[in-house]
Amino acid sequence: MIEGMTALYIFMLSAFTGYEIIGRVPVILHTPLMSGSNFVHGIVLVGAMVAMGHATSPLELTIGFIGVALAAGNAVGGYVVTERMLQMFKRGKGSN
Amino acid sequence: MDTVIQISYFIAAMLFIFGLKRMSSPVTARDGIVWAGIGMLVATLITFFAPGMENYLLMTTAIFVGGIAAYWSGKKVAMTDMPQMIALYNGMGGGAAGAIAAVELLKDDFHSQTFLTLAVLGALIGSMSFSGSLIAFAKLQGWLRRPLRFPGQQIFNIALFLFAAGCGALLVTQGEINGTTILIFFTAALAYGVMMALPIGGADMPVVISLFNALTGLAVAFEGFVLNNAAMIIAGTVVGSAGTLLTQLMAKAMNRSIGNVLFSSFGASSDAEADSVEGSMKPIDATDAGVMMAYAERVVIIPGYGMAVAQAQHKIQELMTLLLARGVDVKFAIHPVAGRMPGHMNVLLAEANVPYERLYDLDEINPAFPQTDVALVIGANDVVNPTARSNPDSPIYGMPILDADKAKNVIVIKRGQGKGFSGVENVLFFGDHTRMLYGDGQAMVGELIEAIKTL
Repeated sequence: MIEGMTALYIFMLSAFTGYEIIGRVPVILHTPLMSGSNFVHGIVLVGAMVAMGHATSPLELTIGFIGVALAAGNAVGGYVVTERMLQMFKRGKGSN
Repeated sequence: MDTVIQISYFIAAMLFIFGLKRMSSPVTARDGIVWAGIGMLVATLITFFAPGMENYLLMTTAIFVGGIAAYWSGKKVAMTDMPQMIALYNGMGGGAAGAIAAVELLKDDFHSQTFLTLAVLGALIGSMSFSGSLIAFAKLQGWLRRPLRFPGQQIFNIALFLFAAGCGALLVTQGEINGTTILIFFTAALAYGVMMALPIGGADMPVVISLFNALTGLAVAFEGFVLNNAAMIIAGTVVGSAGTLLTQLMAKAMNRSIGNVLFSSFGASSDAEADSVEGSMKPIDATDAGVMMAYAERVVIIPGYGMAVAQAQHKIQELMTLLLARGVDVKFAIHPVAGRMPGHMNVLLAEANVPYERLYDLDEINPAFPQTDVALVIGANDVVNPTARSNPDSPIYGMPILDADKAKNVIVIKRGQGKGFSGVENVLFFGDHTRMLYGDGQAMVGELIEAIKTL
């Protein structure tokens, strides 16, 4: 169990980490990066799985099912779109 | 097993941060997403072994249903439609966070009041992000054309938000959680997301999507606290803060504050403005325009969303190659918010094999305009509107623009005589040295190419 203060520390440090990562990003990477961070919060899938895995009533199970499907969409879609976008950068580099 | 799970989550969190860091530089961006992807895979697979889990069959089905639908749509969608896909997937994440909260609220098995509060907060933010992102998606997809505004909207929205927050507070303070309150709470939160996004015009959507992205991150982090899942807390918080900063950077690129984007009636004053422009738009045909460019020394191409819509980037690349072969110096001027998202134009032009080094941003290119023979504006509007420099009453006043009007000649490829997304008339189009080339972007650039080839 993550204790109250520890949780707060994790929260604080993660917030700074996120801020630092984006710090001086060139404008051309704003969209891919937004897309990339969109993929990263697809980790919600893990939570949705746990919530669904422990569902007891049919209603909980239904909501859990929707949650897992949505979260999987977030993760997979986020990855595909980001990957496609970043692929452009590879090819652009090589020519000329 | 529990230790193995915790370590896996730790590794996943580390890979996310590492991946995002790699993604923030053009050189390493490509493998950044792969690292983050591995992190996701590790975290997802290990979760199947979490203690006390049931409903595996349905769970796997759900993953496949959501995953395959997203994979298919993500692969199929055109590069130009990426922004709305990001909005859509982001909304799904917010919805998932809301769903987790709903399940937990129904179970009503919280360790303490703090966890209950966090669950409710995450639900509120996640639901807002869900419905708001869907509206953003619908707008960019062209399903919702006009921003919806009505008198007293802000007060209505504030009231709605307070109502949603009040229901949340009731859930937290009420000894026993009741189903009706949960239902009303979620309905209000979802409704607020819709109302929040509806009045915002298309030009501001990137900022809003970025904001919703940050909010989803935060919602995920809150639900992570509830489920005691460190990977969710860390990834969610990192996205929350990174997304907030990204939103600020984007708003700054448009010279506006986030509050201004969310609460001002952008473009509302446009009608009063329409008549004040003097002069007329002067048309030109492709042959003449082609000649002008072929015999120019320096040409600057200014792409905007219209280029993306017309899928003209490949033709533009062809035009560039042709002009370069004739010894014309061709540069691309990329406004920070050209297109629907910062970097949108760069991605499209990169797709069409326009080399990086030919792309210049606002500060680099603006001093070069006075020495430019032809500025070719294709599908851009507000980002080249000199009104932003000259007219303090204009809603876009103060937004940094590309000084295309300072070029010796300006050719504007445009579908018709309509206004930009801001609804403001563009003074540039009425300038003495501006010529309008009316037609579809791709077709017109094609005609330019033909014209230059026959010279």
